[in-house]
Amino acid sequence: MTEMKNSIDLSRRKFLQSTAAVTGAAVGSGVIGAPMIWAQNIRDITISWTGPSFSVIADIADKASEDLGFRIVPQSVESTNLMPRIINQPETLEIVDMEYWALAKVWRSGNFQAIDKTKIGNWSRITPIMKDGKNFDGSDLSRQGILPFKVMYLESADADGFAAEETDIVSTVPTIYNADTLGIRPDLIGRPIESYAELFNPEFKGKTALVNVPGTGILDAANAFEAMGEITYGDKGNMTREEIDFTINNLIELKRAGQFRAFWLSFDESVNLMAAGEVVIQSMWAPAVTAVKARGIPCVYQSMKEGYRAWGSGIGLMGHLEGMKRDAAYEFMNWTLSGWHGGFIGRQGYYSSIPEHAREFMTDNEWGYWYEGQPATEQIVDPYGTVMDGEGAQRDGGSFQDRIGNISVWNTVMDEERYMVQRWNEFISA
Amino acid sequence: MSSRSSGGSSGLSAYLQVAPLALFTIAFVGVPIGTLVLLSFWQTDGIFIYREFTLDNYRQMLSSPLTYALFFTTIKFAAITLIVTTIIGFICSYFLVFHVRNLKWQIGLLLLCTIPFWTSNVIRMISWIPFLGREGIFNQTIIAMGLTNQPLDFLLYSEFAVILTYIHLYTLFMIVPIFNSMAKINPNLIEAARDAGASGWQILYTVIIPLSKTGIALGSIFVVTLVMADFFVVRVMSGGQSASVVSAMKNQIDNLFYPQAAAMAIMLIAVVALLVSGILRVVDIRAELAR
Repeated sequence: MTEMKNSIDLSRRKFLQSTAAVTGAAVGSGVIGAPMIWAQNIRDITISWTGPSFSVIADIADKASEDLGFRIVPQSVESTNLMPRIINQPETLEIVDMEYWALAKVWRSGNFQAIDKTKIGNWSRITPIMKDGKNFDGSDLSRQGILPFKVMYLESADADGFAAEETDIVSTVPTIYNADTLGIRPDLIGRPIESYAELFNPEFKGKTALVNVPGTGILDAANAFEAMGEITYGDKGNMTREEIDFTINNLIELKRAGQFRAFWLSFDESVNLMAAGEVVIQSMWAPAVTAVKARGIPCVYQSMKEGYRAWGSGIGLMGHLEGMKRDAAYEFMNWTLSGWHGGFIGRQGYYSSIPEHAREFMTDNEWGYWYEGQPATEQIVDPYGTVMDGEGAQRDGGSFQDRIGNISVWNTVMDEERYMVQRWNEFISA
Repeated sequence: MSSRSSGGSSGLSAYLQVAPLALFTIAFVGVPIGTLVLLSFWQTDGIFIYREFTLDNYRQMLSSPLTYALFFTTIKFAAITLIVTTIIGFICSYFLVFHVRNLKWQIGLLLLCTIPFWTSNVIRMISWIPFLGREGIFNQTIIAMGLTNQPLDFLLYSEFAVILTYIHLYTLFMIVPIFNSMAKINPNLIEAARDAGASGWQILYTVIIPLSKTGIALGSIFVVTLVMADFFVVRVMSGGQSASVVSAMKNQIDNLFYPQAAAMAIMLIAVVALLVSGILRVVDIRAELAR
């Protein structure tokens, strides 16, 4: 605990130094672009920041408020409830955290405003994975599903759709992303698991589960069917009707044969299924795996040879924001890229859009564990101070490069979504 | 009603008397349902709603076998829950009214039935999970007793779990109205029946059950509407293995298909209204309550 405190103090000092430098440079070069915000006015500004509970976190808002001098009020709303708010009550929102698949869906509501990339001082440092859709070696990342790049750039400020190439105006400032896979109980399985095909292995009959979010659950299933060699999808992230039919029909057959124990919707349901031993292999989110481990129950976020199902999230601005509030929003977006934020979410297992800035706010041990896949040299502590892993433990799937470099599909919303959701409902009630 | 009034001026005053309730009902029941009806005839592309008349939402719903499967499951849940809660509710009320003669004890025991309601529905529901699970208390107990060597899987994340939870959550809604109507039965009636030579069963069938009908009907309305409107219990206790009409509707809303959800809602209202009017056909609650 005391060590933790020290490192925070240290990093805070470092942060103040570096922000001073960055702000100085920014003002000097006109990067922030806002007319100087008067200190006395800025204190009166309150701006709400809304988004899913995994990204909009009170501790982050507190730290941002402290550093920036105005108040950021966090409000957690999951994507499925956020989307209708964006469409029906945009005036109740200011800054929003958008998962890219959700953005693909709601951008054309016209309730956002485009972001001027040139006012984001660190844009050029953002990892090519987010801003260019390129892998570490410069090759294209998997284009299956909603790759952040697909919904990042705009031809014009009032464009309905997205630009195919990089432009100066963007829909969101990317913040966090991760590579998801399946969670397993190694103690109850007792042998190596390497392939998505194991999800539908009759050996685990009655002990598997899928997430009941259609656009995510169907991807885990698709990965499994592909791994079993039963089908090769053109684009798992955007299936044709025939592909949807094939997938759902097979899922229904598996369900009738008793393959599934449950379909979960909330994070804690997946934790309980795993912790109680109801399920030994299932769709899972990284923090849920951690939560099971925190109860002293072995749980592995298993990397699979077929690759990962990735997702990303960024910050968007609602259309009605203007004047000082908009300036404040830009300051906040710039702040999320400056490092403290990256360090915080890094300790939750997510990746930052600018890893090198995040690194300045992580200890060598943390950086080695989370980003490099190295064995921990001392205990690994989450951002709230809970011990997550002991000395010598290693992150599943290895380094940042290995994990992110091995993405097979991105969380998605399909062209045939309506049909897919209808058929998914059929599967659930079969 | 107005036919009973005599003279023009009292006609006006009758309207004025009805006005507050009528306005209230129109504002808080009529307008929302009206909106729902309109919405169910409009089009959407998943984001925008177009105010163009279409029958597509209904056509799609009525032509999908899924809709019938969902209604079948939901009605099945409602029917089983109704039967079991009626039996339990009747027995509990019978015991309270005819065996516990002391009024203080009656009220005390009835209050005892409400204790579970001091915590939230969700907590009462979730507390079943550690009890019924594979490694749960029940399975551990029967394995320890040597009754089985394999945990019983069907206890949790199954239709059994859903129905068990419904019964647990909603039995009180049966007990209270049945107790209320049973308590109104004049003890002299039962004595008269006994004097006339009726057996215990005959008294039950010919006196007590007919006179408890109002309570049973009221309780049935509660139970049926509660089960038909639920999506949370079915989702959590079946582990997402089952779906109800409302959980499918929730799925549509989550994916922003409001008009389709509205069409489904209208159909649900129609089915529930049909069920409730069926219950009311058996028992004239108004006449009985005035008794």
